[in-house]
Amino acid sequence: MTDHAECLLRLHDERFELEDYQSGVPRWCSGCGDNAILAAVQKLCRDERLHPEKTVFVSGIGCSSRFPHYMKTYGFHGIHGRALPIAEGVRMARPDLHVFVNTGDGDCCSIGAAHWVHAVRYNMNLTMLLHDNEIYGLTKKQASPTSPRGTRSNTTPRGTQLEALNPLTVTLGIQNVSFVAQAVDWIPEVLYQIVRAAFHHKGFSFVRILQRCPEWLPEHFEPYVKDPKRTLLLHHRDALQLSEAVARTYSNNREHDPSKLAAAREMATQLDPIPVGILYRNPAVPCYEDLRRSDKLRTADFIRAGLEAEFDKFTIWPCTQN
Amino acid sequence: MKNVETLREHIVEVISDSGEGAQRCGQSLGSIAARMGNGIWTVEIIPAEIRPPARSVAGASGNRIRIGAGPVTNGGDRTDLVVAFNEQVLLGRVRAGELKPGCTILLESMWREHKDLNIKLAYSEAVEKLKGAGYRVYEIPMDAECRKLGLSPERGKNMFALGMLCSIYSLEPRLGREQIALTFGKKDKKVIESNVKLLEGGYAWAEANLDFKYRIPAQAPTEPNIVVNGNTALALGVLASGMEICAMYPITPATSASHYLSDVFEKVGGVVHQAEDEIAACTFAIGASYAGKCAVTITSGPGYSLKQEAIGLAVMAEIPLVVVNVQRGGPSTGQPTKAEQGDLLTAMFGSHGDAPKVVMAAGTIEDCFYSVITARKIAETFNMVVVVLTDANLATSQQPFPRPKFDPAWIAPPADQSAVPEGMQPYDWEAATGLARRFIPGQPSGMHALTGLAHDRASHVAYDPQINEEGIHFRSLKLAALQRTLKAPAIHGDAQGDLLVIGWGSTRGAIEEAVDGLRAEGAAVSSMHLKFLQPLPPGIGEAMKRFKKVITIEANWCDRPGDELIDESNRRYSALAMLLRARYLVDVDCWSEVKGQPIKPSSIREVLRSKLATTEEAVHD
Repeated sequence: MTDHAECLLRLHDERFELEDYQSGVPRWCSGCGDNAILAAVQKLCRDERLHPEKTVFVSGIGCSSRFPHYMKTYGFHGIHGRALPIAEGVRMARPDLHVFVNTGDGDCCSIGAAHWVHAVRYNMNLTMLLHDNEIYGLTKKQASPTSPRGTRSNTTPRGTQLEALNPLTVTLGIQNVSFVAQAVDWIPEVLYQIVRAAFHHKGFSFVRILQRCPEWLPEHFEPYVKDPKRTLLLHHRDALQLSEAVARTYSNNREHDPSKLAAAREMATQLDPIPVGILYRNPAVPCYEDLRRSDKLRTADFIRAGLEAEFDKFTIWPCTQN
Repeated sequence: MKNVETLREHIVEVISDSGEGAQRCGQSLGSIAARMGNGIWTVEIIPAEIRPPARSVAGASGNRIRIGAGPVTNGGDRTDLVVAFNEQVLLGRVRAGELKPGCTILLESMWREHKDLNIKLAYSEAVEKLKGAGYRVYEIPMDAECRKLGLSPERGKNMFALGMLCSIYSLEPRLGREQIALTFGKKDKKVIESNVKLLEGGYAWAEANLDFKYRIPAQAPTEPNIVVNGNTALALGVLASGMEICAMYPITPATSASHYLSDVFEKVGGVVHQAEDEIAACTFAIGASYAGKCAVTITSGPGYSLKQEAIGLAVMAEIPLVVVNVQRGGPSTGQPTKAEQGDLLTAMFGSHGDAPKVVMAAGTIEDCFYSVITARKIAETFNMVVVVLTDANLATSQQPFPRPKFDPAWIAPPADQSAVPEGMQPYDWEAATGLARRFIPGQPSGMHALTGLAHDRASHVAYDPQINEEGIHFRSLKLAALQRTLKAPAIHGDAQGDLLVIGWGSTRGAIEEAVDGLRAEGAAVSSMHLKFLQPLPPGIGEAMKRFKKVITIEANWCDRPGDELIDESNRRYSALAMLLRARYLVDVDCWSEVKGQPIKPSSIREVLRSKLATTEEAVHD
């Protein structure tokens, strides 16, 4: 058999099972929305046949950021707020890897907010999942920037005084935004579709996932979970296509063209019903790594030539006598 | 024929308002002298403001060039001769105490006839005052002479001045012409021609009108040298190390390294990423390193403070990383453009918890180049953070050093993408050294979640107290493993005597010059300069035992024993002195100066002289 044929055969044989991506037993609380996100992502990896060794999940700190520990891929559980710049470094160094970012509302929208703004502007090819439960979980119930006004927590015993920050409007306001979507943990089919679309987008895909925290805010999303009318599903022939079952349950749905930025911004301001779907997508925005990376092969000879050329500029040669 | 006085060395300054070209004149003078075979050390004179008002005392911009008959290792003491384009910038240098008593001043005289009465008056008053103070003032109509040549003094006075200096120091005018051709090589031929005309005009004027002329003997160099400042040397080191990614955030005085690197890095396939902040710069570099391309972040004091948590992450997860800290005055915003060695302890002990990392300091401009190459190598061999310390003094000074001969071993190898052997874990710490093979994304069978949490050999989060201690133990052992590979630092002077001076970083040249001066007078003093601060190399303890007394010279604060409240129970020692006292239980004294200026060899000589005197007293008692 030729090498070529063997290679083709191997390609054909390369099938992955969910177990190929599962590592350990998640230590999230039962009923935590993170479990649904994990299930959707593992399914995506299997369906896309992502090589586990070529896949990296980068996270910050918080409940959400335990995510890489439960994936049998490469993972980088970093420090609070800094998942994005770490992932950007990975992406710049290695265009051959699939890079995902898992972050939470505290991690991304509070301590790491500067990086969030700039990550949108860099538009590097990363899939970012914002696990937004609107509360600090791991540090035991403090208000987060996305907690709605009035949320009682250990640091706001009489309720928060400020209006919540809206991650969608913020992201859609940043130059170079190229992909913004919103999902909810309690509609797994749509969550999967959105994560998949985000993965296929070349550029920085920002997916905000509203997720339930049964421990600290058990009732928080219940009205939305119980009443499908309080979810507004967005579909479009170039974006999400709803299955019959989903469309029947979530009859409050409408067409939304993700290529229209103004419409996306308008949609993003809506809080109730919750818009779910792809709000905005623009595949034409260039990726920072493509603008910056060189395609030259960095051999020792190549580096040497560059270095010698620089030395030449600064060299004082011994005087030759006239 | 003029009498030509032979000098061992001279310190020359060329100063003007910013934008008048004194910088270029000074740099060219340095290059010409270096080509003649003189030792040189040049320092930029930079005003603190971007556009200071014209003719202001704080606005001096230019260059200070120390030219020697032999090698020159530092900026030296005070200035012997200064060319000034106006009297105000000159007064600034006088007030700063930078001029030697009796210093020769070549001053542009056009202000004497200026139409603004205030300027006219200020000029003549200043000249009288300077003459009264004993300076040798020559008023020179540079402006008028340029006009006589039919050329614009605004654009060419600096080359006229260069011509004068070539004549004064008996430098070959041919080298001046060649230097102009080099400097303006990319420009119109006419530009080169008019600059050469100005140079020759200045030369002829000085030959005809000045009553003095010097010669500083030179030894024609036999090998090519390169002349760069410390920051350019750092950037060249990054190129030569094979690193591919530099992540930075603008900060003085480190940024010029990244400016230069930005210009040249892409030509060899590298990327300078200007991050949104210092933390992002550090974590971006960590991400790239983790993915198999060891990266560097270049910063200065305040930025170094901001990076601490990220540095701790790299230590904990054992990710190689090179961090360059071009030190400036601190704390807080401190003195952005001034030199200090205040970050040694932060470099060693910064970041919470036990976070062992390697700390190196460059002692010369040449060291700035090689340190980065060594740092990358250590970082990847030991999976550690390596901090390279330089400072504002090295950053902006120029000194020739032998053109480096490329060695393919400098270059980082490509990221290992081979499959990880069955059963191997990401932190299989070797019992004796703490070393473990690094797993890089892309390597089959190496998948694991790296974490900044305490972890076991499999990179699983540790909940067991034994595991936490095991990790701390092995991360610490790596420093010992590195220490075993280091050589004992050389001793400058005899291996025993009355006094051993220990220093680190940019003070090297000044300390050794002071020691040489005293040794020539018969004093039994030697010095030792440390490149590795953490781990400290072997041999220091033994070396100290062979001297009656030991003192460090540093540019970071130590309490003055003469202060009323200060005694042995509360005296704060300089950083290195404190470390040496703690490690070797030797009564190491220290002397420091934190004025933001490089410490002068003459100051060190006086300190050592008095220390030696007390040593003799102690022996006679």
